Amino acid sequence: MNGFIHSIESCGTVDGPGIRYVIFTQGCLLRCQYCHNADTWEIGKGKQMSVDEVIADAKTYLPFMQASGGGITVSGGEPLLQIDFLIELFRRCKQLGIHTTIDSSGGCYTTEASFQKKLNELLQYTDLILLDLKHIDEKKHRKLTGKTNEHILAFARLLSERDVPVWIRHVLVPTVTDDEEDLHRLADFIRTLHNVEKIEVLPYHQLGVYKWKALGLTYPLEGIPTPSEELVEKAREILGAK
Amino acid sequence: MALLTVHEALMDAWRTFKGDKWKKEIDVRDFILNNVTVYTGDESFLQGPTEATKKLWEQVMELSKLERERGGVLNMDTEIVSTITSHGPGYLNKELEKVVGFQTDEPFKRALMPFGGIRMAEQACEAYGYEVSDEVKKIFTQYRKTHNQGVFDVYTDEMKAARKAGIITGLPDAYGRGRIIGDYRRVALYGVDRLIEEKKKDLRNTGARTMSEDIIRLREELAEQIRALQELKEMAASYGYDISKPARNAHEAFQWLYFAYLAAIKEQNGAAMSLGRVSTFLDIYIERDLQEGTLTEREAQELVDHFVMKLRLVKFARTPEYNELFSGDPTWVTESIGGVAIDGRPLVTKNSFRFLHTLDNLGPAPEPNLTVLWSTQLPEAFKKYCAKMSIQTSSIQYENDDLMRPEFGDDYGIACCVSAMRIGKQMQFFGARANLAKALLYAINGGVDEKLKVQIGPEFAPITSEYLDYDEVMRKFDNVMEWLAELYINTLNVIHYMHDKYCYERIEMALHDTHILRTMATGIAGLSVVADSLSAIKYAKVKTIRDENGLAVDFEIEGDFPKYGNNDDRVDAIAVDIVERFMTKLRKHKTYRDSKHTTSILTITSNVVYGKKTGNTPDGRRAGEPFAPGANPLHGRDTKGALASLSSVAKLPYEYALDGISNTFSIVPKALGKDEATRIQNLVAILDGYAQKRGHHLNVNVFNRDTLLDAMEHPEKYPQLTIRVSGYAVNFIKLTREQQIDVINRTFHETM
Repeated sequence: MNGFIHSIESCGTVDGPGIRYVIFTQGCLLRCQYCHNADTWEIGKGKQMSVDEVIADAKTYLPFMQASGGGITVSGGEPLLQIDFLIELFRRCKQLGIHTTIDSSGGCYTTEASFQKKLNELLQYTDLILLDLKHIDEKKHRKLTGKTNEHILAFARLLSERDVPVWIRHVLVPTVTDDEEDLHRLADFIRTLHNVEKIEVLPYHQLGVYKWKALGLTYPLEGIPTPSEELVEKAREILGAK
Repeated sequence: MALLTVHEALMDAWRTFKGDKWKKEIDVRDFILNNVTVYTGDESFLQGPTEATKKLWEQVMELSKLERERGGVLNMDTEIVSTITSHGPGYLNKELEKVVGFQTDEPFKRALMPFGGIRMAEQACEAYGYEVSDEVKKIFTQYRKTHNQGVFDVYTDEMKAARKAGIITGLPDAYGRGRIIGDYRRVALYGVDRLIEEKKKDLRNTGARTMSEDIIRLREELAEQIRALQELKEMAASYGYDISKPARNAHEAFQWLYFAYLAAIKEQNGAAMSLGRVSTFLDIYIERDLQEGTLTEREAQELVDHFVMKLRLVKFARTPEYNELFSGDPTWVTESIGGVAIDGRPLVTKNSFRFLHTLDNLGPAPEPNLTVLWSTQLPEAFKKYCAKMSIQTSSIQYENDDLMRPEFGDDYGIACCVSAMRIGKQMQFFGARANLAKALLYAINGGVDEKLKVQIGPEFAPITSEYLDYDEVMRKFDNVMEWLAELYINTLNVIHYMHDKYCYERIEMALHDTHILRTMATGIAGLSVVADSLSAIKYAKVKTIRDENGLAVDFEIEGDFPKYGNNDDRVDAIAVDIVERFMTKLRKHKTYRDSKHTTSILTITSNVVYGKKTGNTPDGRRAGEPFAPGANPLHGRDTKGALASLSSVAKLPYEYALDGISNTFSIVPKALGKDEATRIQNLVAILDGYAQKRGHHLNVNVFNRDTLLDAMEHPEKYPQLTIRVSGYAVNFIKLTREQQIDVINRTFHETM
């Protein structure tokens, strides 16, 4: 079983608990305006790696994972686009006692039976999902990402029903995702979920802008600054970030 | 006290101490294991600086500023040749100092030490506008031979050529070899008289029958050692202390121990004048005083602060060439902290914390070279405190106790950066390093130096093909290493024969057992360049570009190749193979005094100079560009994150590089985690993981590159900014601009 991999970071410290072996998968359906990994969008590109290869490499970091309470995080791109690869990878991880995390925006979630069946299996091997809720307002979500948020919220509700531990993340972009009323609505939604272990507000940054330029794309958020400390604090307060 | 007999004095000083063996014979380890109070708690007991400490440190900072303004040296002695008793007492402030003693009669005045070489001493003075007195010059050119002269009398043409080309370089042939740790604790525990008595006994028992050359040498050395111990007493007496008897309390223990160390740095300007492993030893005295109610925690910390302040003020007169090799005025007053005993008890005491706490009380500083002997078995609270102080100050290095303990026991210390040795039982002949990157170019060019364009190595057929063939290169490289290993050991034999003869470390060796293990400590530079070059030749296509004489002076790489530092076995295995191969070749050659062969993968800051002396290499590195320091991957080539980089280095076999494998790790705070608690936890995990993967040494730097850039432009704002380079720490603003840029260009691990 091969996956399309954009890159691997051996020392991730912000995507889940402890020190994480982070696999950035290639391919995403969303086109978020603030995306800092625009080079992971295109589907079918990247380096092909087999589950065996990934496991062999990841295993060499077990001492660091164990010492830090870390594990593996699959980020992207959108990991769920390669769900077969993910199932196989996580199944093997669980055999080795490695903590597994998916960093997803749920952008490819559907209620279609075959997807549901695979998701079911995947969730058996998944310890944590970092779920990006990009915008609570459907229209604004569409503008920001190019897609509706309905299925994403449905995904969130499903994870709640299944009691899969989730960390909710919200990227705070001044003038785009920082509207107080929207934040309150988002907070209301989060309160309906029963599986949320942590809520993180991620301040928007421009570190990925150069990738847009390298891809010959126009960066849509040109001129928008990183949010101030106060703004971030305020958002944290509203969302009840722990 | 005068009325007490020797026995009574011992009983008084040792009043509550347990154990017998150490009383009968000199055995500091046995004393420690019988009396240590292991501390598993956290840092909450620590006390801030006293008024006296603050005042003294202010004075030091003032003098440091003045020193900087005068171009790096405040004052130099040009008349009096430094010996243990050469100078009268010197003080910062006699009323406030709890621990006294300077190398000369005033702080910051650098001593004149010509025994290693008079030219070196002269040049050191000239570089700062001073001149050695005519009389001293005359004595050391007409009447008294130096180490340097002895070496050059014997060097062969081949050795001189290799030295000039820089294939073997940084050799201690004109400066003190250092890297010898006297067991300074012995003076505190036993008093000098007992040590003299033991040495006299050894002298009587040496050479009763055959008076062979080695016995004659040893008897002469013992006589010198005894003389040095007597001088040590004399020097202490000039400060008003009688150290003939053991120390009776913590204050005396610190002072006695410091006098012993002071004698060493008055006698020797060694490249590294390391301290050993004193903090836990001294804790035993502090604990007793605390129990007996004669000392408070605040006073205990004050003792440590004042002691450490003295260690920060060790100064030597050195030449600009020396500073190029070992940048930033380092002295390597390395103190080894922590570790675990063979019986499984951690040797962490409250004093382990107090020593690290000086980074708070006095602010960060490169010296003493604080070295934590890391074990996964260390108490959690201590691990966290270390990580916290690393993140805060970037002033600590870590060495894997779990790896070293089986080799060196539980009372070893680190000399210089990464050289472990049993204290008082083992010393090394420091041998700088061989430039293997250059050796690889010799393999391609038939022994002709690519910079000097002259034959340096043996004349054998160069590679003439357009594209380099891996097997052919390896075959020739193997031959070059064979030649180099022999030449290298022979050169070191000359150096250390002469150092023993003309610049013997009398007091340091007096504080060793008479019969010791000696190692011949060679070194490797350019490992990552060699590994990447061979990987390029093997996995990509490397085309030679030749000058008019057919010399391969540049290389074109077609295609990609695995690079050392990404946890990729294809290239990491090459690095491992090179280390094993070279070490195996070194072992073939007889060493001076039958010392045991070892090697290190450590460049100190000389990676810049080595790079400067080495042409374009097949890995794509341009001529003159610095090598990576120590065993580090070349900057920017490790692209899979910090742990991949660490994992590559951890593969290098310590058994083949027992003199140490240095790795400098720089990470931006954010990449360690979002908040302080997470950062501490993750750094502890990185250190634990690296230890489990059998990594040996790790320098930990935690800061943003911007800080360094700002410090380059505004040095006055950063008088205490400390950064760990290969195996030691430096005051960043004391580095040359070239070195600063090298540091800034190195990989800072950051993730998003």
